[in-house]
Amino acid sequence: MEAFGLLLHGFAVLLTWKTLVLMMVGLVLGIFVGVLPGLGGPNGVAILLPLTFTMDPTSAIVMLSCIYWGALFGGAITSILFNIPGEAWSVATTFDGYPMAQQGRAAEALTAAFTSSFIGSLVAVLLITFLAPMISSFALKFGPPEFFAVYLLTFCSFVGLGREAKHKTVISMSLGLLLAGIGMDTVSGNLRMTFGSPELLRGINFLVAVIGLFGISEILLTMEERLALRGHAASISLRVVLGVWKDLPKYWVTLLRSSFIGCWLGITPGGAIAASFMGYNLAKRFAKEPESFGKGRIEGVFAPETAAHASGTSALLPMLALGIPGSGTAAILLGGLMVWGLNPGPLLFVEHKDFVWGLIASMYLGNVVGLVLVLTTVPIFASILRVPFAAVAPMIVVSCAIGAYAIQNAMFDIWLMLGFGVVGYVFKKIGIPLAPFTLALVLGNRAEDAFRLSMIGSGGTLKVFWSNGLVGSITTLAIVLLFWPLIEGLLGRVGWKASR
Amino acid sequence: MALLLSAPAVAGWEPAKPVEIVVAAGAGGASDQMARMMQAAIQKNNLMKQPIVVSLKGGASGAEALMYMKSSEGDPNKVLIAYSLIYMLPLSAKIPFNWRELTPVSVVALDQFVLWDNSAGPKSVKEFVAAAKAASAPFKMGGTGSKREDHVLTVFLEQKTGAKFSYLPYKSGGEAATQLVGNHTEANVNNPSENLEVWRAGQVRPLCVFDKERISYTSKVTDTQSWADIPTCKEEGVDVQYLMLRAMFLPGKVTTEQQAFYVDLFHKVTQTTEYKEYMEKQALKPIFLTGKDMVQFLEEDDALNKSLMTEAGFVAK
Repeated sequence: MEAFGLLLHGFAVLLTWKTLVLMMVGLVLGIFVGVLPGLGGPNGVAILLPLTFTMDPTSAIVMLSCIYWGALFGGAITSILFNIPGEAWSVATTFDGYPMAQQGRAAEALTAAFTSSFIGSLVAVLLITFLAPMISSFALKFGPPEFFAVYLLTFCSFVGLGREAKHKTVISMSLGLLLAGIGMDTVSGNLRMTFGSPELLRGINFLVAVIGLFGISEILLTMEERLALRGHAASISLRVVLGVWKDLPKYWVTLLRSSFIGCWLGITPGGAIAASFMGYNLAKRFAKEPESFGKGRIEGVFAPETAAHASGTSALLPMLALGIPGSGTAAILLGGLMVWGLNPGPLLFVEHKDFVWGLIASMYLGNVVGLVLVLTTVPIFASILRVPFAAVAPMIVVSCAIGAYAIQNAMFDIWLMLGFGVVGYVFKKIGIPLAPFTLALVLGNRAEDAFRLSMIGSGGTLKVFWSNGLVGSITTLAIVLLFWPLIEGLLGRVGWKASR
Repeated sequence: MALLLSAPAVAGWEPAKPVEIVVAAGAGGASDQMARMMQAAIQKNNLMKQPIVVSLKGGASGAEALMYMKSSEGDPNKVLIAYSLIYMLPLSAKIPFNWRELTPVSVVALDQFVLWDNSAGPKSVKEFVAAAKAASAPFKMGGTGSKREDHVLTVFLEQKTGAKFSYLPYKSGGEAATQLVGNHTEANVNNPSENLEVWRAGQVRPLCVFDKERISYTSKVTDTQSWADIPTCKEEGVDVQYLMLRAMFLPGKVTTEQQAFYVDLFHKVTQTTEYKEYMEKQALKPIFLTGKDMVQFLEEDDALNKSLMTEAGFVAK
């Protein structure tokens, strides 16, 4: 029970007034950005990251991760009340949540969403608590070939498992890899693609790109669509909450299935978005009367929300133990760790116990506090949407610009952010997914370094990627995932023949 | 140059704004740690009225910091904490930078280099060289960055011993240390501070130090060894020596009074207990050079580094 002792130690680190206050502030900010269409987890964390640079790492990560939990909770509010998914992973929640609200069952739908979010992340945190020490003890086995294999797995799973058209995912990823190459190349010590510009020496900062790609582009889209916001009054009474909770055991299969899907997709970087859709689709597939989905069925809220939260939470495990982010927000948190002088990866669990277990403890506390907070503050947050978009939009743009500038104190980065805003807008218009682009931008450099170091170390033979059981199985899994749609089709055909 | 030679401290000028210590490396690296030590020493001992902030400009292997200093001409509120990159980066990556365009303040320390291997590996330099020569697969040497001090040392080690190494450039000394512990490399030439923690944990072994004399600190670092117990590489039959400067620079075109203020400030810093404790903990060689002596030191050091880089074939055409 080493994990249990360490967890208690984590709670001890956490239970100071300062940390608790930061936690509350983080949750409120998170719910706020989750409710605002266009902002959201990655943006909220990216914008607020520089504010935490002066804090000690534990306080900073607790606050940032609470913003993350808050955003996860907040995303559901607008999906259900206004049919506007505040977060991409809340899209599936609108399918049944919005019809429920129209039928006057908004409170019921919101309670269902919050409760299932809570269950999803609780399952994922339990997983992290008991798996993390195991992962870190074998993490020292990771040399350049192992790291490259994991990066390869990440890229391949995006292509193989993503919902988007394969060629669009590959285009998006390639562009990200190209931009990741700008700046100093560690292996050769030469400058690449800087065209003599001192501004490009630093390379393209991932956070600047993310703020532009997601935040600014969403504003552009909303402006174009002249979004009319009209809401339904929502208040939650204790009676409704208890009513939903009483029915909860009936849906245990759905909850368990969605938690499992979420954890799996969170650890293999598929992201919360894929998980919520997968959770919804599977619940529909296994339901007795699938046609009632989409017409205000409470299960249709439980399934995607549980999966989204489970994957959002478990995505932090590979980031902490291996230094590889499972989601966009995790990637931004990873950047934060480096700023605070913590080397994410193998030795983090050994060298910074206080930090790691403080964070894990904050996941437990943050979720409980978050649940209470959202259940009590729904009407207040819903009123945000009564503020006209014309007033909210400039505020969002200004906060994005401040965020982009503050990362490296560079004016150039604001122009870069605006440029990425336009790129993001165009990508959304022509249906090119943004996630592979950002993934390649944050991992491209490291994947390249790991590959070239493996080649130097092996004398140039690709056999090094199958040189031991660990690296061999990861590499093979990566290739299987890359061709998964083909393999699945093949298996399907064989199964079809057999059943005939 | 006349500006640099007029040394005597005139008490007159003082910063009116917070002073920025510019670090040409990432968070947690040796330069960053030193900058934070100076920040603490200055604030605790009230050496300056204005607050001091550390600003990390480690982009492009530190080139970001060099270009930042170059473009801050005439601004007396920025001090660069420099190391050998001021000679090497302009040569290897053709960065349009020349340290002579900045205003030298003082050399505050010299950093050592040590040859390390995994504690499960060969126990002496002789066995190490024999193992490297006998190895059939590439014998891997880890280090920070490419065509920099670690890489140059590796090339010279090859020339003096006849062994062949595959040099693996990592992003930081910390990463090079972790990879040696995990047995993914056979050795590295990290600074004492970069391998201190893993040495204390018994995971790596120091084989020799690249200096003409042993490190002077005799208090125990591990259970059995002190820094002074590490033999020099020359004693072990491999005559390779290299020391790296840690020096402070102001941007170009600042006034003599402004330069004099900082000469005095950093001289006071070297007298503090914070500085002395830091030097011992990181096994740095104390030194204080300024004015004419400093410029002479820099010119000689520049010539040495240039010849090393040229011989190693690292100068970009």
